[in-house]
Amino acid sequence: MPDLGNAQPLVDIRNLSKSYVRGGQVVPVLRDVTLDVAAGEFVALMGPSGSGKTTLLNLIAGIDKPNGGSLQVDGVDIGALTESELAAWRAASVGFIFQFYNLLPVLTAFENVELPLLLTRLSARERREHVRAALDMVGLSDRASHRPAELSGGQQQRVAIARAIIADPVLLMADEPTGDLDRVSAADVLELMGRLNYELGKTIIMVTHDQRAAQAARRLVHLDKGVLTDQVEAHEG
Amino acid sequence: MYTLRLIVRNAFRHGLRTALTTLGIVIAVLAFGLLQTVIGAWFAGVDASSATRLITRNAISLIFPLPLSYEERIRAVPGVVATAKANWFGGVYIDKRNFFPQFAVDADAYFKLYPEFVVDAEQFRAFQHDGKGCVVGRKLAQTYGWKLGDAVPLRGTIFPGSWEFVVRAIYRGADDKTDESQFFFHWDYLNERLKKSGPRRANQVGFFLVGIADGNTAAQTSQQIDTLFRNSLAETLTETEKAFLLGFVSMTEAIVVAIRLVSFVIIIIIMAVMANTMAMSARERRAEYATLKAIGFAPPFLAGLLFGESLFIALCGGVLGIAATFPVVHGFGRLMVKLFPVFQLSMATVAMQFAAAALVGLFAVLVPGWNAMRTRIADGLRAVA
Repeated sequence: MPDLGNAQPLVDIRNLSKSYVRGGQVVPVLRDVTLDVAAGEFVALMGPSGSGKTTLLNLIAGIDKPNGGSLQVDGVDIGALTESELAAWRAASVGFIFQFYNLLPVLTAFENVELPLLLTRLSARERREHVRAALDMVGLSDRASHRPAELSGGQQQRVAIARAIIADPVLLMADEPTGDLDRVSAADVLELMGRLNYELGKTIIMVTHDQRAAQAARRLVHLDKGVLTDQVEAHEG
Repeated sequence: MYTLRLIVRNAFRHGLRTALTTLGIVIAVLAFGLLQTVIGAWFAGVDASSATRLITRNAISLIFPLPLSYEERIRAVPGVVATAKANWFGGVYIDKRNFFPQFAVDADAYFKLYPEFVVDAEQFRAFQHDGKGCVVGRKLAQTYGWKLGDAVPLRGTIFPGSWEFVVRAIYRGADDKTDESQFFFHWDYLNERLKKSGPRRANQVGFFLVGIADGNTAAQTSQQIDTLFRNSLAETLTETEKAFLLGFVSMTEAIVVAIRLVSFVIIIIIMAVMANTMAMSARERRAEYATLKAIGFAPPFLAGLLFGESLFIALCGGVLGIAATFPVVHGFGRLMVKLFPVFQLSMATVAMQFAAAALVGLFAVLVPGWNAMRTRIADGLRAVA
């Protein structure tokens, strides 16, 4: 189990704000958010629709840029990176788990997991070894040659998790990972994510509406109308 | 290889859509090739012309003849190595729809100036010994089922009356660009008959075919010939064979321009269809592009996927369209042999077809590719596929 003691936070957010322009009007989505996430933590971002939790997730992941405040991930000032620098940083540092899996339907499970490794210098043989290991970890070695349409929702999400961890990122970002799954599949996925956090020390930030999913996390952060309202330490793993 | 695999699989993701788009490209490329071949056939005679042959005709109009006596003077012009006389006959074989070019020529000189008309020596001798003999092209013989020894009656229009001929020789072209649909008979046969039936029209030549030693002296020699007959009752206009034939083509230039325009419009139309297909594909895959960008793939990679897919589909259609053009041109050529005696799909046209297909593939995806590059990740992830 990772030590969450007094180490420098992996994600260091200070007075972060973000707004969008909608129909000529500036709509604030995040206001003055200050938050630390230590390496090895499993944090759930919760809140009603429109509270800004997905926006916060996107900012931390480098998918979007803040309008104000500072945001550092693993010592890197995300707000100062150019688009191409952000893309390279994401490739090396962030793994994504989406609500609707976002697998490429024309690729097999194996090929979907291999996708992030195309951005590395690994040889084809090395990529194959990594992919086999990742599929093994999520329990889908026997489904490697199947396309997403031939997999259940839970299996697709596990393939997505394998894709997210294949490049060994420092951060896993999950946006409603169980939102499209039945109860049994959701439990499997959450159990897998818990293992990734507990056994491998992966830092996970998850957006969820689901109370059951939130129980898998170790800290719950509540947002409402773009403002951080509450943080609760959940029981240990 | 991975990227290529992704491109090909994306191309076949919607089988019916891809099949119909490809079919459209096949038809467009085929139609383009056929129309370009028609244009080529229009200029076939011009392309087959020789730089060392000049045509001397009446300066007023081709329908006015020249005196026979001009020939000797033309032959004496420096640079002229041979001359032959010819008259357009314009007779009717059974029905006016059975059109083919007919010339009264002094055969020895004429066929020497046209080495591309290849005649068997024995057949040519038989023709020379028969005053009513004729030499016909291979395609012409095939069209009407003529064999050596067959009688061919023509009803004269310019030279009224019934004219009987016997097929004594069948010529073939030295290459596939040579017109094998022409009909030649003895000039003396025409002239002797005219001396009896219309003496005032005898010893008149439609045009002189002039062979020169050096094609580079064509302009100078032409001028010298025409100078000989300036201020005479029948002034001449001498030009290269190419210029002479282009004069006929220019009479129908508007048709050629229209055909050329239509051929390019066809390509533009299929480009629009292809652009629609790619735009639909790109719209459906917004979430995928956003995911790829989120993972770390650069925008040019996404554009490259779309370009690759568009080019793949377009070139598949292009290759199939080119392959289909060969039998279609062959069949069309057989149907239209009377109008287009030389109807060949050239390698230049095939190259244009391939280029057209490639351009369709490239231009069709310009806008969808640009939009894919500019997809904002957050917006794309929210897109419903």
